[in-house]
Amino acid sequence: MIEKKSKAGTAAALIGILVLLLGVVLLENLGAFIPNLPPILLPTSQLFIVLKKGAVYSLVAVSMNLLNGFTGLFSLGQAGFMLLGAYTYAILMLPTANRPTVYYLYGGSAINFSLPELFGGGMFGLILGTIVVFILAGCVAAFVAWLIGLPVLRLKSDYLAIATLGFAEILRAIFQWDKLGPITNGANMIGSIPIYSSFNITDASGKVIVRLTTFIPFLTAIICITMIVLLINSSYGRAFKAIREDEIAAEAMGINLAKHKMLAFCTSAFFAGVGGALFAMYVGNAQAKVYTSAMTYEILLIVVIGGIGSITGSCLATFLYVACSEWWLRFLDSPLVLSSGFKVPLLRNGFRMVVFSIVIMIVVLFFRKGIMGNRELPDLFKKKKKGGVAK
Amino acid sequence: MKKLFCLVLALSMCLSLVACGGGSSSGNGGGGAASSGAASSGAASSGGSSASTPSGSQGGSTSTPSGGSGDTIKIGVFEPLTGDSASGGNKEFLGMQYARSITPTVEVGGVTYNVELVTADNGSTTDKAPSAAADLVGKGVSLVLGSYGSGVSMAGGPIFNDAGLSAIGVSCTNPNVTAGNDYYYRICFLDDFQAHALANYVQGELGAKTAYCLGELGNEYDQGLIAFFTQYFEAAGGKVVSASFPTNNSDFTTYLNQAKSEGADVIFIPNSISYITQILTQADSLGIEIPFLGSDTADDNMVLSAVAGTNVKLYLTTFYEEGGDPDFDEGFKAFLNSDPTLMSSNGGNDIIAAVSAMGYDAYNVAIEAIKAAGSTDPAAIKAAIGGVSVDGVSGSISFEPVNGDAVRDFAFIKTADTAAGQWSLVGKTTVE
Amino acid sequence: MQYVISILLSGISLGGQLALIAIGYTMVYGILRLINFAHGDLFMASGLMMIYISTWAPLYLAIPLVLVLAVVLGFTIERAAYKPLRQAPRMSVMISAIGVSYLLQNTATYITGGQPMTYPSIPFLYDTVNVAGNNVKWAVLLTPVLVIVLVFALTQLINHTKIGMAMRAVAKDFETSQLMGIKINNVISMTFIIGSFLAAVGSVLYFTNYQTVVPTSGAMPGLKSFVAAVFGGIGSIPGAVIGAFLIGICESIVKGLPAAWGLSVFSDAVTFAILIIILVVKPTGLFGERATDKV
Repeated sequence: MIEKKSKAGTAAALIGILVLLLGVVLLENLGAFIPNLPPILLPTSQLFIVLKKGAVYSLVAVSMNLLNGFTGLFSLGQAGFMLLGAYTYAILMLPTANRPTVYYLYGGSAINFSLPELFGGGMFGLILGTIVVFILAGCVAAFVAWLIGLPVLRLKSDYLAIATLGFAEILRAIFQWDKLGPITNGANMIGSIPIYSSFNITDASGKVIVRLTTFIPFLTAIICITMIVLLINSSYGRAFKAIREDEIAAEAMGINLAKHKMLAFCTSAFFAGVGGALFAMYVGNAQAKVYTSAMTYEILLIVVIGGIGSITGSCLATFLYVACSEWWLRFLDSPLVLSSGFKVPLLRNGFRMVVFSIVIMIVVLFFRKGIMGNRELPDLFKKKKKGGVAK
Repeated sequence: MKKLFCLVLALSMCLSLVACGGGSSSGNGGGGAASSGAASSGAASSGGSSASTPSGSQGGSTSTPSGGSGDTIKIGVFEPLTGDSASGGNKEFLGMQYARSITPTVEVGGVTYNVELVTADNGSTTDKAPSAAADLVGKGVSLVLGSYGSGVSMAGGPIFNDAGLSAIGVSCTNPNVTAGNDYYYRICFLDDFQAHALANYVQGELGAKTAYCLGELGNEYDQGLIAFFTQYFEAAGGKVVSASFPTNNSDFTTYLNQAKSEGADVIFIPNSISYITQILTQADSLGIEIPFLGSDTADDNMVLSAVAGTNVKLYLTTFYEEGGDPDFDEGFKAFLNSDPTLMSSNGGNDIIAAVSAMGYDAYNVAIEAIKAAGSTDPAAIKAAIGGVSVDGVSGSISFEPVNGDAVRDFAFIKTADTAAGQWSLVGKTTVE
Repeated sequence: MQYVISILLSGISLGGQLALIAIGYTMVYGILRLINFAHGDLFMASGLMMIYISTWAPLYLAIPLVLVLAVVLGFTIERAAYKPLRQAPRMSVMISAIGVSYLLQNTATYITGGQPMTYPSIPFLYDTVNVAGNNVKWAVLLTPVLVIVLVFALTQLINHTKIGMAMRAVAKDFETSQLMGIKINNVISMTFIIGSFLAAVGSVLYFTNYQTVVPTSGAMPGLKSFVAAVFGGIGSIPGAVIGAFLIGICESIVKGLPAAWGLSVFSDAVTFAILIIILVVKPTGLFGERATDKV
């Protein structure tokens, strides 16, 4: 659990974040300084895919942890809120010139402006538009969460889970509805939207000078996660934890249950919405059928593997999870013939995911509290200094 | 001890499933078979260079497009080898493997390069496609072939565009695949054309007045074709009723009964193969006599075996008709018969799918493009690809300059001969 | 009229198949308070087993074998993935269930190569019969009958046998019943065995009707059955069955609405909409017992 940090701790955290961000920018632009990079460090490498997806997912995982881990509200609506964020981003950011092609089934879009152009276009318009749209994406998700929360937050544990899951499915159906086609493009994807590489700093001829494709999701995710951490460390956060430990006792202590639950629910939805917008940038499109309950389960898995109630645990678990599923195990998918002519058995398409799910089962069965339990990364260092005094 | 016991149990649990499947592996075509096919054909035809291991082993190796490790040029294969479209994706890949076995090398600037096909499975879903595309980019391929299915191509497109890697779509017919993406080309006809041909055919030959269209929600391919079909069908005075089913739906009887009660003269089902087979078997048990109309995806022997021996009527448009090029047919069948794993990934028999012919042509277009570029550099290949023209087995292929779409003005119309379990050609159609 | 009957028929058959899965959900939830996400995948796995076994065994052998294997699989899942976590927080057990569900789906993808597999046509069940102008399979007509018979047998088991009494006791109070000398692990295993058996029966009926098995076949029916279980009041077997039939019929009606309204998109969503309404009006479901808050 995050206790109130000292000033030195805050400074250390700030420096850590800055170093991380700088490191990401440097890592991506190593090619500018060192010519023959090993392929793993080339900007096209799988490493950067993992970093980007990891940043996006860690934001969503932390937002889910805020709800499930810190407030004890078992909600499975995260994919639905991501969907809202993704669509907000795609609809408002799609360049007007691309609208007729994207909305070709509906004879053009009903919304005929795009934020970057509204703000004067160019890099400035794009950045301002993105910032505005991130906030809007969050607000849309939070507003819908508020509407959903009115009836369902009275429900308890699994009933709440299945109701939120249901709302996510309903949202998905609404966004696929033909009659809303001019806005949501029906069930079809909204592509051709600005993606991370649109933020690269280029010279006049379009040659990339500084790559920022990984920096953008990291920056956004870190800002958002910092905000969540601040919230958790505030008096609201303590109220959340009190609700998690014992609702009745918390109520007796004078905590307004309805208000605090709603606050946690909407905040979580807000950041899931921002995460959805980031995800839309990552995949380069918004399409409702991607945001299924399977996606929510995936995020829930990450949260639990990281440790319920641990922010750094969620982040760490996200990167491990994404790297494992997208990158490290990929070799298992293709048949391998050793130089001696021995064909390694079992390796073929799909084996990666089998191994991956076995790994997950092992983690779930043998590390019940997740990799971090409810501790945070700094706690680990503290313990080392004391030489294992803490339990 | 207890934990160990649990682990053993957990393992035995999944092994029991595996064993259950392994007990009779005759039926499971699947991606695995295809990729192991890649391995064997690669080993068989790689000639002198012992270093040319098939896809996969080069995870983090240092081979850059400039070559060096045994002078290999890598061509990426971006196909759905698992998932809803796996059947089609595997058949398309078979065509490429066959083409590679015919033309295993390419001469660039006086050096002979071995061609290596590097696969990435996009899992038939748009959320897995970007990382599969990035995988190919990361492996340093010179250009990409694929994919079967428009949705995944559109999802992977921006990644290729970003990396400056040109991609040749094989059977992705949605207009948005190439529109707005400089690096995506394609060798097949477009939905616009295909839908027009189908609408003309059913109105002219079958005299249909009312059509019932059934598509999967959120599938670019289905919805795009239905929209174009509606446009042409209604322009010619017909009436169209459309419905959509959610992904993973398995009860189509309600839709089929609805089509019947709407008085449809024809049911248009431009879906993924797995849905088409379900729709057709359920139609058979309901005793639906309305003819079905399929698109290029329906040209698959899974579909054929689903309707064999039934009374279902099925018409479809496709790229290639068996018998169109006897040399290719003969060679390809021999290729399939040479290896049981290849055969099983073709669905267990040697009926040639149009997408295999398309895959074959795509590979040859890629080879021509590499020759024309005189380099293995993706940028040079991109510059050369627009000017390539190939006389393929599915017709002559060249690209129009705006979007990089193929110049194609004909499609074949086939029908399923359910008694004989064969396709039979109805005609070749063009649209004015 | 013929059309209306056809809609009702597909609704009833869908409902019956969901009911067989929902019973497993509701029994496990009643005892362990665990949403067994792997239950739907067990249903899919028994479908796949049937496909592979029927390639070498005759059907009269294959069907019992599949039922037995499904039971073994369900039992193994419980012992391997849930039993070690009995003292762990409930969230961990649920995650374990999600993990098992992942494992089953991915293993199925690996074995089948992700290709849709065709279910064997079981004679008699697969034969069609004409009802008011609609051709329907015997499986469709038999499903509701079979469900009623099985539910009757199950209620007898629960109300009039020793193991049934133990099940009720465990569902009521986990700790106390342990103190009373009930072998809790046996009771839980029994629950899983019954649930898996019913899921396997359900899979035979379901896939005879719909014929195609893909690795994700179990996901949606699983989720819907769980909704059905919640709908009827979780822990209550008749409630789950009624819930399943209602959901099946509602879904068919929505699919069958005039296509021009474009509402068939909501065929899955309507399930959840009904659920939310029920939960808001009556938070413990139709037949659920009122939970008391103990301070």
